[in-house]
Amino acid sequence: MSRYAFMLGLYRDYFANYMKTKLSYRADFWIEVLSDLMFNGLNLVFIFIVFMHTPSLGNWSEAEVVFVYGYFMIASGLFSTFFSAWNFSERYIVKGEMDRVLTRPAHSLLQVMLENMDPPAIVGSIVGLVIMISSWTTLGLPFHWYDPFVLIIMVLGSCFIYMGIYTALSAISFYSDAPTGIGPLIYNIQNYGRYPVEIYNKTIKFLLTWILPFAFVGVYPASFFLGRLDEWWMAWLTPVVGVVVLSLGLWFWNYGVRRYRGAGS
Amino acid sequence: MTSAYLDFVRIRFLMMLAYRVNYYSGIIIYAINIGAYYFLWKAIYGEAETLQGFTVIQMSTYVAVSWMARAFYFNNLDREISNEIVDGSVAIQIIRPYSYLIVKMMQGFGEGLFRLLLFMIPGMIIVSFIFPITLPTDPVQWIVFFVMIWFSFLINTQLNILTGLGAFFFENNQGIMSMKRILVDLLSGVVVPIAFFPGWAISVMNWLPFQAITYLPGSVFTGRIQGADVWNALLVQVIWTVVLIVPIMLVWRAARRRLFVQGG
Repeated sequence: MSRYAFMLGLYRDYFANYMKTKLSYRADFWIEVLSDLMFNGLNLVFIFIVFMHTPSLGNWSEAEVVFVYGYFMIASGLFSTFFSAWNFSERYIVKGEMDRVLTRPAHSLLQVMLENMDPPAIVGSIVGLVIMISSWTTLGLPFHWYDPFVLIIMVLGSCFIYMGIYTALSAISFYSDAPTGIGPLIYNIQNYGRYPVEIYNKTIKFLLTWILPFAFVGVYPASFFLGRLDEWWMAWLTPVVGVVVLSLGLWFWNYGVRRYRGAGS
Repeated sequence: MTSAYLDFVRIRFLMMLAYRVNYYSGIIIYAINIGAYYFLWKAIYGEAETLQGFTVIQMSTYVAVSWMARAFYFNNLDREISNEIVDGSVAIQIIRPYSYLIVKMMQGFGEGLFRLLLFMIPGMIIVSFIFPITLPTDPVQWIVFFVMIWFSFLINTQLNILTGLGAFFFENNQGIMSMKRILVDLLSGVVVPIAFFPGWAISVMNWLPFQAITYLPGSVFTGRIQGADVWNALLVQVIWTVVLIVPIMLVWRAARRRLFVQGG
């Protein structure tokens, strides 16, 4: 238990540190919040424009697609708050900061996550929640007492999937010398999971469900609340897939750290 | 002097060549993006033959060509310039006997040339096998298209330079740079062709430089813009290229007077 207390203490200290650095660039904090929101706004504008020209997208109505997007925003905002090491390979491997991280007692991944915390991203989650609630009422969906709890479990599962995949991707840098341009690759694949998977062909649908399970960070868990899953258990796989993906990611990371030989500078 | 500038193009091209492995994944990234939007648009069309004057085939061609053109005109000059301002190395560059901004432009062109030859053209070939798209048969259309994406490059690079120079005035302009990127993606027509926007938005966007980056060349290439309108589209690009020089010169002049280096 004391190990978790130690981790929480670290989190508090890093957060205090973050606030101190940010307070010296105060305006920048808000610009960052704004640009995060604009990025999500861009995708919403896309949805709105699309539905000006079609009544439905593969049998999904506008409110339903927006609902899925709201859910997606909650999960991705939470994820980016705690894990945004986009330039992991350049900063930690090429410039050799990993050596410093490895001399310290806390788990290396935890340190990397804490050093790259991005609290402004949480605003995206809040906006996502608001979007979800408003489409909830628009669609006239029933509200059960257990829905908030289910939402928490689903969002955690979705975040785990993100974390697992990004951990594994970052860990590739331990195995290869060349800087990997794979970050943007995955960043773009995410695009797929936000829209109803039915619109894609079978191969991509399979890929998004079982190989790179991005369908579980948007469309499947959100469908639980929309009550429109072909198989009722699909949504409930979200936390399961999350735990599996995160474990695989962590294993790949830990194995990579053991193999890692340092920048040699 | 000109040959010195051309050397900057060559050096950047060779530098990109050294890191070319990164670009193989780039082609996959763009193919994936094109795929995502291809399926999305297919679902949007549903039973419809045409939407806003685009046939289904024109639409998939538009999606493919606008992403591939983006590969050519896209660069990170904004980030490069702002990093050089923040770490202070811009001070050394300014006192050298060349124009800093032209050098940056040339480096951007070296990168663009690399992406054109090793990314855009092979990418386009791969994509045309995967997705149903039709390429124009008229050679004039091809030539005009390449002239137009050259102007796309100029306009986009000018916007990047302008944003990058913002680092002179804001201690940290990360946020502004990402906002610019989002604006360009949305308003240039790479995500949604401008014809799909509501009427009032179209009339606003006609007065902005962004449509000249993707929408105009893409429309010419897919044959949506034809005849004399092609020359109008080209004229719009030329005008924006010239007009954008003014704010860059103004900002550059003001910036040199207030250069201060953080840390360093």
